Amino acid sequence: MSDTAAVLSVHDLACARGERTLFTGMNFSLGQGQLLLVQGGNGRGKTSLLRLLTGLAHPLAGEIRWRGRALADGRELFHREMAYLGHLNGIKDELTPVENLRLAGDLEGMPMDQATAERALTDIGLARCLDLPCRVLSFGQRRRVALAGLVASGSLLWILDEPLTGLDVHGVAMVEGLLRDHVGAGGMVVMTTHQPLALDGLAVVPLLVGPALTRPEPGNQEEPACCAS
Amino acid sequence: MSSSIAWFKFAAPMTFYGLAGRLIPWFAWSAGLLAAIGVYIAFFVAPTDFQQGEAYRVIFIHVPAAWMSMFLYLVMAFWSAVGLAWNTRLSFMMSRALAPTGALFAFLSLWTGALWGKPMWGAWWVWDARLTSSLILFFLYVGIMALWSAIDDPRRGDKAGALLTLIGAINVPIIYFSVKWWNTLHQGASISLMKAPTMAATMVTGMLIMTFAAWFYAIAAAMIRVRGIILERERHTEWAAEILEGK
Amino acid sequence: MLRFLIAVIRRDLKLAARRKGDWLTSQFFFVMVVSMFPLGIGPDPAMLSKVAGGVLWVAALLAALLSLSRLFADDHRDGSLEQMLLSPNPPVLLALGKALAHWLIYGIPLLLIAPVLGVQFALPGDAIGVLMLSLLVGTPVLSLLGSVGAALTLGLRGGGVLLTLLILPLYVPALIFGAGAVDATLAGVGAEANLSLLAAFMVMTLLVSPWVAAAALRVSIE
Repeated sequence: MSDTAAVLSVHDLACARGERTLFTGMNFSLGQGQLLLVQGGNGRGKTSLLRLLTGLAHPLAGEIRWRGRALADGRELFHREMAYLGHLNGIKDELTPVENLRLAGDLEGMPMDQATAERALTDIGLARCLDLPCRVLSFGQRRRVALAGLVASGSLLWILDEPLTGLDVHGVAMVEGLLRDHVGAGGMVVMTTHQPLALDGLAVVPLLVGPALTRPEPGNQEEPACCAS
Repeated sequence: MSSSIAWFKFAAPMTFYGLAGRLIPWFAWSAGLLAAIGVYIAFFVAPTDFQQGEAYRVIFIHVPAAWMSMFLYLVMAFWSAVGLAWNTRLSFMMSRALAPTGALFAFLSLWTGALWGKPMWGAWWVWDARLTSSLILFFLYVGIMALWSAIDDPRRGDKAGALLTLIGAINVPIIYFSVKWWNTLHQGASISLMKAPTMAATMVTGMLIMTFAAWFYAIAAAMIRVRGIILERERHTEWAAEILEGK
Repeated sequence: MLRFLIAVIRRDLKLAARRKGDWLTSQFFFVMVVSMFPLGIGPDPAMLSKVAGGVLWVAALLAALLSLSRLFADDHRDGSLEQMLLSPNPPVLLALGKALAHWLIYGIPLLLIAPVLGVQFALPGDAIGVLMLSLLVGTPVLSLLGSVGAALTLGLRGGGVLLTLLILPLYVPALIFGAGAVDATLAGVGAEANLSLLAAFMVMTLLVSPWVAAAALRVSIE
């Protein structure tokens, strides 16, 4: 079921945070209907990789391509088709969930009417909080608001950094369902998680971030001298 | 192709480190020599000004310092623009290395301006257009250095400092003009150091020599500082580690 | 493009409407700082009217900086700044929209309060008019240049004080032309020259600072 044509591809990517080189020479590609599960211990650069993929951060070397075009050249198209959920929910506490969703739609250039926003939130189990300010919602509920925005955005590529944080068992099951639906419908996901997820049946591409990737190819003299630690 | 560029970027600070090390003595000695000649002219050759007496001799420091403080800001802006355009790390380092020297010269021009103002105007500080502009330039230097010191990540610091330097550089002519405008409205001091009626040729010579001394000093000081910055940034690389261990 | 700009401005206006406390704090800061001066320098109307332009303008600079330190900080803290940068629209429009919203929320009220304070400072009617006009033309400069500083100091310790240190020197032309317009009116020489220069400076900052602020945002977010 997975479309093998690579939509997102990464070429010789290297990333540094501060003075530390996190990884170099990373290559992978992802097609429609695939989920990239980014793995690796704390501080290995999972979040940094995700931020590189969103275009918020810039790589030390290498290139990220979306539909064959470098991210730097095709930023607008890429951001139209990509949605990111990081550690922060990106929702305003002063506004209600509905207002948050509609606001995000306005900023994306895809205005959303009241009914659509309410339906998206109801689908995700927030029917009772539609007109409460997000300030009074619990952490998990706010996470759900952000997830509702993600689904409502209709983006092809989801980049999710620990989407399960703060969610209860039902929440985790719900996210699993969302991922299944999205990937099953030909969507793409790049995500990290510390919690086990039941993703059987999906085209999951594992990617280990860390020093294993930084090992230079034999005979590569131009490998930058990396820190010894 | 891209790897060769990466290699070039990596190597540039290393080669420059060696080059700067060889150049520093030349610039430092030239600066010392020129300063000695300049001071000699200032005190023994240049005639006493019939209007301003002996006190005017402070212009041999004041004017070159004021010039250098402005000139170094422009150089910083140049390196910032180069750095932002081509993402060359060495340019940012140069900009960082120049700032303290620029601030020093701005401060020196303020101080000597005060020393000169006391006998001339009877006050240590007068809101003269030039002095006020120097003061604001000094503030700009302080702001840029404060921003650098507040940002821990060197890459972010480089770029943020460069952006601030550039917007300051666009603003400096406007600030200078507005301060002059303000000064004429409020009828500030009308005597200017540079408008001394009897600007003897020896005075100009002395001032130019002092300017070159200040320039060479600035180059030497910036190179010493940039070597320090390079070593600090590159301490994880092999060549920098060798130098650090060798010392 | 324009839709995005309007969406950003409407968003900030809506948020400000939900957070009236912040908004009032900044306005009262302006009023209080100005009101301290007569207590410090004495109530002589002749002297007060002489310093009024300068005092009100300096207080306006400080009030603007006070509110600017949070221009991007709140959105940065809850992640919505990242989301806005990830929208398919150019970050320049985001920076411009945020600065314009700041001007509408914080700049316009300043110039509406200014006449009251002008009366306190014994300013004649025509000078009060010029004061308002100078604030109308000059406060956008404060928001625009300040947005650059706010973007540069995003997330730094002591960001507020640092912002003041970076941006205050850049405000000098606005202060000189703005306060100068009031002084010129008092001196009877007409404020046109000062106001035109102020307007020229405003147009220049409008053309330059959104680009720098957008670049600074991208640097600070990385």
